Amino acid sequence: MSKVGIVSAGMTKFIRRAQETPKELAFEAAKAALDAAGMTLDDIDCVIHGTAPEAFDGIHMKGEYLSDASGGWNKPYIRCYVGGGTGVFAPIHGWLHIASGMFETALVVCEEKMSSCQPHPQGAFLTIFDNLIERPLKPNLLWIFAMEMNRYMNTYGISVRDIAHVSVKNKANALLHPAAQLGAEVTVDDVVNSPIMAWPVHRLMVSPPSDGACAVVLASEKKAKKITNKPVWIKGVGWNLDTSYWTNRDLAYPEYVEKAARMAYDMAGIREPRKEINIVEPYDPFAYKELHHLEGLLLADRGKAPELAIQGISARTGNMPVCPSGGLLGVGNPIAAAGLMKVCELFWQLREEAGARQVPGLPKTGLAQAWGDLMQVGTVIVVGRD
Amino acid sequence: MHKDLRGTHLSKKAFDNNEISTTLGDPHAYYEWDTGMGIGRFLQGLKEGRIWGTHCDTCKRTVTPPRVFCELCFSKNITWRELKTTGTVNTFSLCYVNWDATLIKEPHISAVIEVDGTSPRVGFLHLLNEVDPQKVCIGMKVEAVFKDEKERMGDITDIKYWRPL
Ligand SMILES: [Zn+2]
Repeated sequence: MSKVGIVSAGMTKFIRRAQETPKELAFEAAKAALDAAGMTLDDIDCVIHGTAPEAFDGIHMKGEYLSDASGGWNKPYIRCYVGGGTGVFAPIHGWLHIASGMFETALVVCEEKMSSCQPHPQGAFLTIFDNLIERPLKPNLLWIFAMEMNRYMNTYGISVRDIAHVSVKNKANALLHPAAQLGAEVTVDDVVNSPIMAWPVHRLMVSPPSDGACAVVLASEKKAKKITNKPVWIKGVGWNLDTSYWTNRDLAYPEYVEKAARMAYDMAGIREPRKEINIVEPYDPFAYKELHHLEGLLLADRGKAPELAIQGISARTGNMPVCPSGGLLGVGNPIAAAGLMKVCELFWQLREEAGARQVPGLPKTGLAQAWGDLMQVGTVIVVGRD
Repeated sequence: MHKDLRGTHLSKKAFDNNEISTTLGDPHAYYEWDTGMGIGRFLQGLKEGRIWGTHCDTCKRTVTPPRVFCELCFSKNITWRELKTTGTVNTFSLCYVNWDATLIKEPHISAVIEVDGTSPRVGFLHLLNEVDPQKVCIGMKVEAVFKDEKERMGDITDIKYWRPL
């Protein structure tokens, strides 16, 4: 199996409403990644695109619609889609393409423009509920998150205040991200006093709808070393899907994330993740999800992840920085692009190119994780400098 | 607290004045879903004021809403069981917003309810009512409140909501 490296990354700003079309956003990110690698489209063997529901754009066959803008013209092209998990699943697909030996280089592009969907992009999610036994109850997406958060808190005796520390950290981290939408200095009191959307979810614990795109270029070992003297290697990948009967899951613990993480750790030869992973970018569309996911990733004991934020261990300068980018809570959440943003962040951090956001101490290994489908998929990638 | 959000904002006025190019999409698509064997029998049960579940004889797991195959052992080794119309709140939320982000004063109380007689942690989604929202708690015992018999349609809303027992 060929070793696969990330050789460049690029992204657009994440904003509430971009005037650019989805194609223009995808192009901007893809071109930025190619330029950063000193490559042209001629150097790319295949293209992987990731984007979430068609309903955001009101355009069917969105992968095809976005193909030209992603550099897919006249090339082997595939769109992958696992809801919110897409942004990490897309580079996993890129890895599959190159590790198989079929291709030497791959361009991976993820785009999302949520703002076209009126009156609110949440409407695009209404049809994910079971058509026979849930939709007649007129559910909205917040219900699931709020109920999962409540079950998590109740199982371990965690308070809203404990979880608020995640919002404070991530929004502050995002202040230093030039592409961020919601960087802000907020206090724990600001978070717990912000309006309740769906108890126990408060407004400052939710990531915003966003428009934006990200891209990375992947290459085989031989090619990667020619393109850059600092490739970031894909050491492990994992993905796993829980039951579609979401009410049958253990809502306090994401078992599917653990299974995906174990798959990636095994492949990367990681035995003690808490010692070996230097930077973590878990999926944080809601503040509690960062904690939920850190536990599933075996980077915190069950019910103990809040301590990481409270004690500053997950701060950018802490022992295990979590979401140094600012995460979805701070940088923004253009669904598929948000997951790939996390992989871009690891790329820049491990190359020490993260500027003001740079995590100290020469981080060697990083992990990014995304989550989605019907709140049931875990996608995990482990990357490292050597 | 927040710096101004970057991006180009749309105002209601701009919509009203036709300043925004909008395409009203109406694909004229509508759906007539078949309930299938499992949910069909479940919904028929609701019409009769009963809650049906299925038991996998291999996994020894009882679930509702019922399913005609077991996704764990991937068999059809299923027997039907009538369950009680009482249960326990596994988790809940007090939701103050509609899907379009407009606000609601009296919260909708959604809950995952584990119906008595099912295996642990096999709940389904429904609503709570006739309860002070601030008094709802995980572990609360609840009972199904059905619509009047002649109003029932064989629909999940034949259970109006659940209330504390
Ligand atoms: Zn079974």
